[in-house]
Amino acid sequence: MNEREKILTRIREALKVPAPSPGTHAPASHLPVPGVPGLPSLRVPAPTTAAPVEARRWLPKVGPGFPEQLALFAQNAADLKATFQIFANWTELNAALVQLRDAENWQRVASHQSELSSQACAALQRPVCWTDKGYDVLALESCDVGVTECDALIAQTGSVLVTSRSAGGRALSVLPPHHVVIARREQLVADLPAAFALLQQKYAPEFPSMMGFITGPSRTGDIERILVLGAHGPKKLTIFCV
Amino acid sequence: MSTNVAQFQEAAARVTADTRQRQFIRTALGNYEIARDKRKAAFQSWESARQAAALTKWEAVNHLDTHLEELVAKLEARGTKVHWASNGTQAREIILGIVAAKQAKSIIKSKAMTSEEIHLNEALEKAGFEVVESDLGEFIVQLRGEAPYHIVFPSMHLTRGQIRELFARELGSTSSDSPEELTMVARRVMRHKYITADIGFTGGNFAIAETGMISITENEGNARLTAALPKTMVTLIGIEKVLPKLADLALFLPMLATAGAGQPLTCYNTMYGGPRQPGEADGPEEWHVVLLDNLRTELLADAEQRDALHCIRCGACLNVCPIFRNVGGHTYGTTYSGPVGSVITPHLRGLQDWKHLSNASSLCGACTEACPVKIDLHHHLLHNRRNAATEKPAFLERMGYKIFGIIANDPLFWSLAKKFGWLTQPLQKLVMGTALDPARAWTKTRDLPPLARQSFKDWWKHRP
Repeated sequence: MNEREKILTRIREALKVPAPSPGTHAPASHLPVPGVPGLPSLRVPAPTTAAPVEARRWLPKVGPGFPEQLALFAQNAADLKATFQIFANWTELNAALVQLRDAENWQRVASHQSELSSQACAALQRPVCWTDKGYDVLALESCDVGVTECDALIAQTGSVLVTSRSAGGRALSVLPPHHVVIARREQLVADLPAAFALLQQKYAPEFPSMMGFITGPSRTGDIERILVLGAHGPKKLTIFCV
Repeated sequence: MSTNVAQFQEAAARVTADTRQRQFIRTALGNYEIARDKRKAAFQSWESARQAAALTKWEAVNHLDTHLEELVAKLEARGTKVHWASNGTQAREIILGIVAAKQAKSIIKSKAMTSEEIHLNEALEKAGFEVVESDLGEFIVQLRGEAPYHIVFPSMHLTRGQIRELFARELGSTSSDSPEELTMVARRVMRHKYITADIGFTGGNFAIAETGMISITENEGNARLTAALPKTMVTLIGIEKVLPKLADLALFLPMLATAGAGQPLTCYNTMYGGPRQPGEADGPEEWHVVLLDNLRTELLADAEQRDALHCIRCGACLNVCPIFRNVGGHTYGTTYSGPVGSVITPHLRGLQDWKHLSNASSLCGACTEACPVKIDLHHHLLHNRRNAATEKPAFLERMGYKIFGIIANDPLFWSLAKKFGWLTQPLQKLVMGTALDPARAWTKTRDLPPLARQSFKDWWKHRP
């Protein structure tokens, strides 16, 4: 018998005795030592099967309309110390990008070839390290900014949903010191359940090998629980929406 | 007395006497509580969310075999190599085998309590490999040659001054003691390590059966980089981490962040479904997932305490525990400290050797109330006490209670005992606190109030 079979056998053996329902104490029949009196039961009515996760009813509330969700996303992004701006058209967005480039003196840009990101790179007019077909890690590390697209923006948490397919691989959104996300306003979704539904609908069953929520710039509190941004990932996260 | 008990008592006495350290921990955890309560209040119903999370975990753990089989089939279908390890030795051998086959020199690690559990770093270093912890807190305790103080905040016991001195000594840094500057020192050291490491090692917070994925929760981005740059990725995860559905994460990710750190969501929550797939820009060529049992099936077999396997390692029970707050994380001498550590360690390392942890509890129930997946923690501490006493009854204690029972059941014996007490208590005062004091275990740190001159019964008999 190999280890897989040994472990599975032990599990099946263990599960022959049913466990008490969550939030209740074990009834006397579950006591491992016969004859020893049990603890008083809380007598909470026991659910017979696990209820489906209806997380939306319990998670932080999100309003139904686009303006409310947009305002919530903007508020969350601000709390997370991310920069979020929404623009009326491409011209305005490009102008803001160029302004940011000059303010931070970007020399090299990293990005992936896709409609929004390519368009942004064209506006930036700087040499671009494209990650799509593989790249030199040192070259990517020396870039001042990583420009990516995303799958969704989540109003409930102020998160950006990226995947290895939508955001130029795994490293582009974490290695450069500044991560700029270019998104369309239609990409704003209400909450986490909606984000997971979107992933299922868009990719199942051939999911990208990496899918992740980015919620603000990289951070740590490991020294005296004091917040420091840019622990290993980007120090800055900018989300531009058009 | 076992050495574990002696170690625990010595360390507990030392840490509780250190008021500066206790104040420091209390401030940190007080701030955590404020942040956590704010995030809990943002939920429409935190209590319903807890119940839903407990039910989901109950389903996962009580059908563990089918969920694991689905997880593994889905992982393998995308080219991931899955290994099964019954114990720590096997897990270390599997990982050492992978590292040796790749002729690796250096390994970059993101935080994983499972690796602490099987003492992986020692094994790798002994075999001649360079291992670097990339999580800042883990990196700090690694430089100090210490175990993590807390499962979520490994270096919470250190002041910035201590960390500055450590970095100056070990890394030659000239940084000031500003947390910002110190973090940047670690960032610079680590950047180079990511790029040159041959192996990226991670733990995992959740394993999704439905889609065959491992979900990793972090704040720093170190796990993201660990899973992106090295050519080979190794993930070590306990078998109990399975969740049935991908959508379950919609509840568990915010709950873990809220209970663990008082955040709405941690900075990076990432689901990995395989090594680099055709057409993808980067990622490891090979991904090995090691599923670790290491006596988890023993805990599973104890139906009464099976819900301890629901644990998502958020650390909420440690943060609110009056014992943890006063004796600190290292006193436990275990991988998993705090209430959940006291519950599960006897199952993982032996009941008789670790039962003292279940006795070191006020049974206040703060842990049970804080647990986001509703583990019945403080009752399990009682269960451990009962099991330990049933398995190996303490002769003197049993005799003591037997004699007390006889005396208390007989009015004559009882009144004689009272008289004996009145006569001997003044004598006890003479030797109070010395080695001759029979009540020394009590009087060392507490008062022994004098017996009342008149008992209630006497008063009742002669009442006016």
